[in-house]
Amino acid sequence: MSNILILFRREFASFFATPVAYVFILIFLMLSGVFSFYVGNLYERGQADLLPFFNFHPWLYLFLVPAMAMRTWSEERKSGTIELLMTLPVTTFEAMMGKFLAAWFVLGLSLLLTFPLWLTVNYLGNPDNGIILAAYIGSWLMAGAFLAVGICMSALSKSQVVAFILAVVVCFLFVLSGSNIVLEAFKGWLPPILLDTLASFSFLTHFEAMAKGVLALDDVGYFLIAIGIWLYGGFLAIEQKKAE
Amino acid sequence: MISVKNLSKKFGGFTAVDNLSFEVKPGDIVGFLGPNGAGKSTTMKMLTGFLEPSGGEIRIADMAMTDASKKIQRRIGYLPEGAPAYGDMTPIQFLNFIADIRGLKGERKTQRIREVIQLIELQDVLDRPIENLSKGFKRRVGLAQAILHDPEILILDEPTDGLDPNQKHQVRELIQNLSKDKIVIISTHILEEVTAVCNRAMIIAAGKMLFDASPDALQRKSRYYKAVTLHFGQLTDISGLAELKGVADMEVDRDSGRVTLFPEEGVDLLEPVSAYIKDRALQVDTLYSEQGRLDDVFRQMTAEVKG
Repeated sequence: MSNILILFRREFASFFATPVAYVFILIFLMLSGVFSFYVGNLYERGQADLLPFFNFHPWLYLFLVPAMAMRTWSEERKSGTIELLMTLPVTTFEAMMGKFLAAWFVLGLSLLLTFPLWLTVNYLGNPDNGIILAAYIGSWLMAGAFLAVGICMSALSKSQVVAFILAVVVCFLFVLSGSNIVLEAFKGWLPPILLDTLASFSFLTHFEAMAKGVLALDDVGYFLIAIGIWLYGGFLAIEQKKAE
Repeated sequence: MISVKNLSKKFGGFTAVDNLSFEVKPGDIVGFLGPNGAGKSTTMKMLTGFLEPSGGEIRIADMAMTDASKKIQRRIGYLPEGAPAYGDMTPIQFLNFIADIRGLKGERKTQRIREVIQLIELQDVLDRPIENLSKGFKRRVGLAQAILHDPEILILDEPTDGLDPNQKHQVRELIQNLSKDKIVIISTHILEEVTAVCNRAMIIAAGKMLFDASPDALQRKSRYYKAVTLHFGQLTDISGLAELKGVADMEVDRDSGRVTLFPEEGVDLLEPVSAYIKDRALQVDTLYSEQGRLDDVFRQMTAEVKG
């Protein structure tokens, strides 16, 4: 059995041994329901799709995912288990992947558990289920990017609170850089090319098309690369200062 | 086989380990002794590949730690300081996880886990989360984890800390019963543990090696080694004792009334002292030859470094 799989199973089980996974899933389901129906007017729009549901995902993830990611490495440092883990015949890369995948699967599970919404729109009308599936995949990819940022911040700090705050701030910047408020503010004095670059770093910009069901290669690639880069950052942080 | 050459570790401006060199052969049970902050744990962290040395080289089983840390770590069982373990797991889950990571499979895995549980007596707590266990049990779970894959090299950082005397005895027996061709390195504050368990003692203070020889040799360094202590049943003129041939010095403890006679080098005092007592028909209720007081030696040695 590969080490990543063994570590994945341990981490995944640990999410359910502590209330973390249950609380996360519960809050995620409640908030996504509230946002879709009360703020997004899922019924009143009179359209058989899940756009109002997916549109709120970046904002939900912004706080929920860092809360989930903050313990990944901080807790290992705090309790000293990092010393145990790193002296087992396990590489930092394997540990990183095990942790990331376990949390990502919990996020995937939370997404799957929103299926009553999908049932609802299918009961009420005839939505394009291909679009909905694509949007689910897109949302999961974006959740992975949020998670990678959170894990990187958790690798930097022994304190879960610091890891949480750092992750929220960084994620907020990544979400906000594509929002109209920021783009409008820079519009007057930034050359369009820089403005586009700024917007292209945003999770929002790349998720926009996905939420509508378009899985373009550059959007998928963007999130995969973002995951890769942030996890690599976390990897370096762990390799550089294991003991502190 | 462990070979350490000119090992150093600096944290910023602080030197935790200073130019340490030693070799450990199979069959050696090494006790690391030293005051808190002497560099014992740091040395162990480097031996297990957790910390990278600032200088020097560690070779284990003819492999350099810098090249083959994962291969080396497969051969090592390690109990880190404070016996960290995943608190949300139960001991049986934890041992299964460690067994998987250590590559134990099938029948051998179940058998080793069963053996270790028996050996360390974890039966009663197998299904309780580790975070709810007492300090002693946590330490034992850490020990179980370290010996699970029957490693050639066992490195234990304060294995008996937090255990009650019975458990301490049990752990010492366990270490002694490991097969004779293994390497065991333990760190401890408890000096008796070194004489009870180890066949080699290393004293480290301020990151430097002060002493590396058998525990006997350590005892021999004591002023009290082979000294004779006696206590009289009644008031006695003891001035004659100090005049005995071979007595270098005499000390009287005012509280207990015990008299200790220190021998000149290589002299056995017990016989002349008992002959002296017999000749004068003195009433003596205690008479024994001292083994050497380790804490005395320890204090003396480590105090010199602090200067």
